[in-house]
Amino acid sequence: MAHIPDGVLSAPVLIAGAAVSLAGCGYALRRLDEERIPEVAILAAVFFVASLVHFPVGPTSVHLILNGLTGILLGWAAFPAIAVALLLQAVLFGFGGLVVLGVNIMNMAIPAVLCCYLFQAVAGNGANRQRVLWGAGLAGGLGVLLTAIMVAAVLTLSGREFFAAAKLVVVAHVPVALIEAAFSVAVIGLLSRVKPSLLGFQA
Amino acid sequence: MSLAGEQTGAVNECGCDGAVALAGSRSGDDRRNFVQSVDPGIRLLVCAVFCLVVVSLNSLAALSLALGIAALAVAAARQSLGTALRRMAALDGFMLMVLAMLPFSTPGEPLFSVAGLPASREGALLGTMILLKANVVVLMILALLSSMEPALLGRAMNRLRLPNKFVLLFLFTLRYIDVLGREYRRLRVAMKARGFRMRCDLHTWRSVGYLVGMLLVRSIERSERIVAAMRCRGFNGTFPALTENAPLSWRDGAFAGASVGVCLGLALVGIQ
Repeated sequence: MAHIPDGVLSAPVLIAGAAVSLAGCGYALRRLDEERIPEVAILAAVFFVASLVHFPVGPTSVHLILNGLTGILLGWAAFPAIAVALLLQAVLFGFGGLVVLGVNIMNMAIPAVLCCYLFQAVAGNGANRQRVLWGAGLAGGLGVLLTAIMVAAVLTLSGREFFAAAKLVVVAHVPVALIEAAFSVAVIGLLSRVKPSLLGFQA
Repeated sequence: MSLAGEQTGAVNECGCDGAVALAGSRSGDDRRNFVQSVDPGIRLLVCAVFCLVVVSLNSLAALSLALGIAALAVAAARQSLGTALRRMAALDGFMLMVLAMLPFSTPGEPLFSVAGLPASREGALLGTMILLKANVVVLMILALLSSMEPALLGRAMNRLRLPNKFVLLFLFTLRYIDVLGREYRRLRVAMKARGFRMRCDLHTWRSVGYLVGMLLVRSIERSERIVAAMRCRGFNGTFPALTENAPLSWRDGAFAGASVGVCLGLALVGIQ
């Protein structure tokens, strides 16, 4: 549900979203060393594949957004990675629109970058395993919730009549946030044991 | 060969055609139609401009016309009706929820009422327009962009002077999605063989978390090998093949000219 289709949002919101995403991607690409492109691409591909996994919840199923984890592992590079993933989802599956791409990138990438800083603050140097796991859970859950809140915000800013739907979007994402928090704890728990250097920790 | 056994029908099918397209197995398809013979860069540009115009339309007549044009484009690109309908349905599942609430939350002249709640004509009109715009864009993406091999899209972006690093990131990601999709399926089969089933509990989330964590570890090691191999071949930040573009032909010019005409026409009809 993080893919807003075209035609819903108002022009000022679309322009602001495109500007923020362009600036974010530009800044991230300038910081990105060419030698790191394969690494960023392969992590982006993992998240693309993992976000297609559907978890059963009652009669329906949900899929994860994974922007918290993407943020933890990629930092600012999450901006172009998410841009590539969303462009591919639009072209391969028809999820989300083209003009609205900027807003969709913004909604997922800003929480990702925030989660990166949050994780670094909570986990510290990785010496305390409990803190690492807490950081992972918080980043995983908050990544989803912040995205849902941003989706709700851009909907409401586009028209008061979307307010009811916007509230529904946030509520619908609470179970996703819980699953994603548990999922992130497992992923980061494993990585901190097997390959701590990936998280920037000393082995 | 879907990416995951648990996916819902629509995503499952999409995952399929995505995987096939990524594997590049389309090269055997030599029935190139007119849309496919147009330069990828021009197609990307035309698609973006068309979508921009469509989003700014505000009359039902113009939007219906745009829907017709998009449908024609899908037919011209020889995309199957099934794919088109599936994509429209995938979109509308989420949109219907949002749109269904619009008539009741938009103030205006009452049209009908459900359980005592009045629905306004303005809300219904707004909902219909959004539905039309969203579907026109999805169809046009299907016609102009999905009809090319995704790797060509990278070339198109290169032609339109998008940053080189972004294009490279796009191409590499595309490649690895295919590789990792296979690896993911292999690991899932191993879990299934040990009796793992997707449920709604902590065990499921943790197990799939470990699976993805393992995928990350393996793939990061793979990326280290890739960088080493690329350095060995003198990679200096560009691919020579990426910068070699065929010169534009009369088809490209004709297609671009006709598209500009269509966009102008739509804008004249539909933007007040």
